Amino acid sequence: MQPLLLLTLLLLSVGAYHLGRKRAFAVAGGQIRNLHSLPGFYGFYAALWCGLPALAVLALWAIAQPGILVNWVVAGLPPELQNLPPDRLNLVVNDLKNLVSGNFVSSASDPVMVEAANRYRQLRAIGNAALWVAVLSFAIGGIAYAWRAISPALRARNRVEGIINLFLIASSTVAIFTTIGIVLSVVFESLLFFRQVPVSEFLFGLQWSPQTALRADQVGSSGAFGAAPLFAGTLLISGIAMLVAVPIGLMSALYLSEYATPKFRAFAKPALEILAGIPTVVYGFFAALTVAPLIREIGAAVGLHVASESALAAGLVMGIMIIPFVSSLSDDVINAVPQSMRDGSYALGATKSETITRVLLPAALPGIVGSILLAVSRAIGETMIVVMAAGLSANLTANPLEAVTTVTVQIVTLLTGDQEFDSPKTLAAFALGLVLFAVTLILNIIALRVVRKYREQYE
Amino acid sequence: MNKPTAREGATPLRGRNIKTIVNAGLARRHAAERRFRWYGLIAISLGLAFVVLMFANIIGKGSPAFWQTYIRVPISFDAAALDPEGKRDPQALASADYAALVRAGLRQMFPAVEGRLPLRALSALTSSDAAYELQRRVQDNPGLIGTQQEVWLLASAAVDTFVKGNIDRSLPEAERPLKDSQIEWIDQLRAAGKIERQFNAVLFRNGDSREPEQAGIRGALMGSFFTLVVTFLLSFPIGVATAVYLEEFAPKNRWTDIIEVNINNLAAVPSIVFGLLGLAVFINFFGLPRSAPLVGGLVLSLMTLPVIIIAGRAALTSVPPSIREAALGMGASKLQMVGHHVLPLAMPGMLTGSIIGMARALGESAPLLMIGMVAFIVDVPKNFLDPSTVLPVQIYLWSDLPERAFVERTSAAIMVLLAFMILMNGLAILLRKRFERRW
Repeated sequence: MQPLLLLTLLLLSVGAYHLGRKRAFAVAGGQIRNLHSLPGFYGFYAALWCGLPALAVLALWAIAQPGILVNWVVAGLPPELQNLPPDRLNLVVNDLKNLVSGNFVSSASDPVMVEAANRYRQLRAIGNAALWVAVLSFAIGGIAYAWRAISPALRARNRVEGIINLFLIASSTVAIFTTIGIVLSVVFESLLFFRQVPVSEFLFGLQWSPQTALRADQVGSSGAFGAAPLFAGTLLISGIAMLVAVPIGLMSALYLSEYATPKFRAFAKPALEILAGIPTVVYGFFAALTVAPLIREIGAAVGLHVASESALAAGLVMGIMIIPFVSSLSDDVINAVPQSMRDGSYALGATKSETITRVLLPAALPGIVGSILLAVSRAIGETMIVVMAAGLSANLTANPLEAVTTVTVQIVTLLTGDQEFDSPKTLAAFALGLVLFAVTLILNIIALRVVRKYREQYE
Repeated sequence: MNKPTAREGATPLRGRNIKTIVNAGLARRHAAERRFRWYGLIAISLGLAFVVLMFANIIGKGSPAFWQTYIRVPISFDAAALDPEGKRDPQALASADYAALVRAGLRQMFPAVEGRLPLRALSALTSSDAAYELQRRVQDNPGLIGTQQEVWLLASAAVDTFVKGNIDRSLPEAERPLKDSQIEWIDQLRAAGKIERQFNAVLFRNGDSREPEQAGIRGALMGSFFTLVVTFLLSFPIGVATAVYLEEFAPKNRWTDIIEVNINNLAAVPSIVFGLLGLAVFINFFGLPRSAPLVGGLVLSLMTLPVIIIAGRAALTSVPPSIREAALGMGASKLQMVGHHVLPLAMPGMLTGSIIGMARALGESAPLLMIGMVAFIVDVPKNFLDPSTVLPVQIYLWSDLPERAFVERTSAAIMVLLAFMILMNGLAILLRKRFERRW
């Protein structure tokens, strides 16, 4: 935006730090013990006074300038252009901006537009110059204020620490604002959507064909927004994934924590966790180009028709991806079971597997259920594997050999490319997002609560 | 094993009874034990087998893409054709017809070819990039004009695929991308040593392209780089500040509870929801440009924050309280204690967590699809606002394309991505090993 100005401001602040330090020494007569705080704090005090107000001015200016400029330029346009309806006027302004940034536009030959563009450039140059003056004067004014304020009795450390404290608190609220932002953005657009499509139809309708026609008289122009097939598809694929991930993940965790030698464990545990580090797009590629054709060939060999984008392929690969989640979470849970319970079982003569199935698993069950729930929420929200390996057509089927589509696939297909923000097609993506967010949130809260409660039991 | 032992005198009658019962079942129980153990072993070997299988599959498919086929063509840089006025005017040099030079060179090698269609088939052996290659050479070195040179020119994707053995020559002519005549020419070239596989520099030099032999990952790599820079600059300071506040300063009350619950939940929100947030807030509400690394970085930093905060808090709790007490005892303020003593000691742990978070952000693609980083972009982005894509999204885009040559390139791009991830995770492990302190 204004990198040079920011750099100047930074340099000024560094200068202010040294000035402040020097000033502190001067007012203390060279004796640090006369000062309330260490000299460095007076330096920071001056630097903050130099930097912060100027930065605030810069930020406000950057937000306000484009709007004001456009207003002024529009005010200078001939009346017939000014009196256009707002959306047409927007087009004119867009053309103008393109003209200003030197892009080729159709109206480049229009003298009115060229003149307006020149005006815009001129105003912008004036604005930027004024910005420099304003920011620098605030910076220097800040230094001057700090210079005068520095005295041996000034509680510079407390002031500086107060600012840093504010920064820490502000940072910690980012998480809250993110959550609020997610909820607001999803809920707001969903409400717009539900104004056009009733909630009951969205949740329980059996027809999903969001492609609205371009002309009103075309067949199927209304679009159908019954998301039940998507939910069913998501559940089918997640179910297949869990059928793969839970047995393998759980048995691996049990083997690693109860049977494996420390050496084998030290090798196998990180090796298994590599699976968690591989980007999901890689799994998607693997599913679409290796697993899906393989399943199709096997199906053809035994005389079954398998869709080329079968739910089975996506589910299998997603299951592989989730193995390390299940195994490392259950590993924690299993390790939290007190050794005394195992010892008690061994003392009664039980074998290891009997101890595991009759003592360890019942004791760890709530935690394992919690970890499985977390894995389910991960499977439901997983996007790339299904986008690349699952289909687009919304089939309501329980047959894993057919193509189904999922909530995340539809969100991606509805939102890539499409720009208009008032069509139900785009808004439907946000409604799906709302469902996805709500379901995964509930699953996570339950899972975390179960795990925590269970852990407290043995602490 | 299940033979009754002969210790009659010591055991009462009833006890022996139990013993026989137990011994009778022992064989079955031990078999069950062995079975269970095998299940565990099978499960873990399956998991490990998947790791090996995936890597073998990707490397097997992708490694050929690091080599590319080139054809050695004699080119006469004819002064009359390139620079008729002889002024070496850059404008004239840029607009000369280099494709004609390539065609002439190919004809020189196969003088017997006649007719429009066969000639077109002949010039289809080289990539359309060949002409630009000649243009670059002439612009770099105008002294070439008027000389005869043998130049290695990029072969077309079909030729490359054929040379790598991925086109079956026994297929009927209509079903393969190369005609019989073209295959014959390739064989002749090969016999003459004029066709060769060289290191594929194009892959690392070019942006995306519709022609597989010209498509590269430079643009995606730069996009990833800019995105990650934004992500790191935002998420690291904010994450560290949050961790410090929650661990060292925050009172334990409702407010901090809410913050904590929020952070834990954000860590588990599906990544695509962050994409929705980015689309609705950053693009629609704040009007930031689509497809820009700036927006991508903003979204990814919100995703990475919980990882950094959680790692940062773990690192802070591992610093023993005695350090804090000693600092406070010497008269340091709380902030001085944190800034001078606790934070430096916790920094390696925080950096480790951040690098792991960055590696995850590098592999993330779903939220970036939402904010328009999926466009087909040929130009290599030069700053934080240029439209761009990132490496995982490039992989996604290429994986959709049917050409065999793109499958190869996709796998190669995956290898590059995995190499970066291994590098980052390796760095994190190294950092942990080197600076980890047991108190």
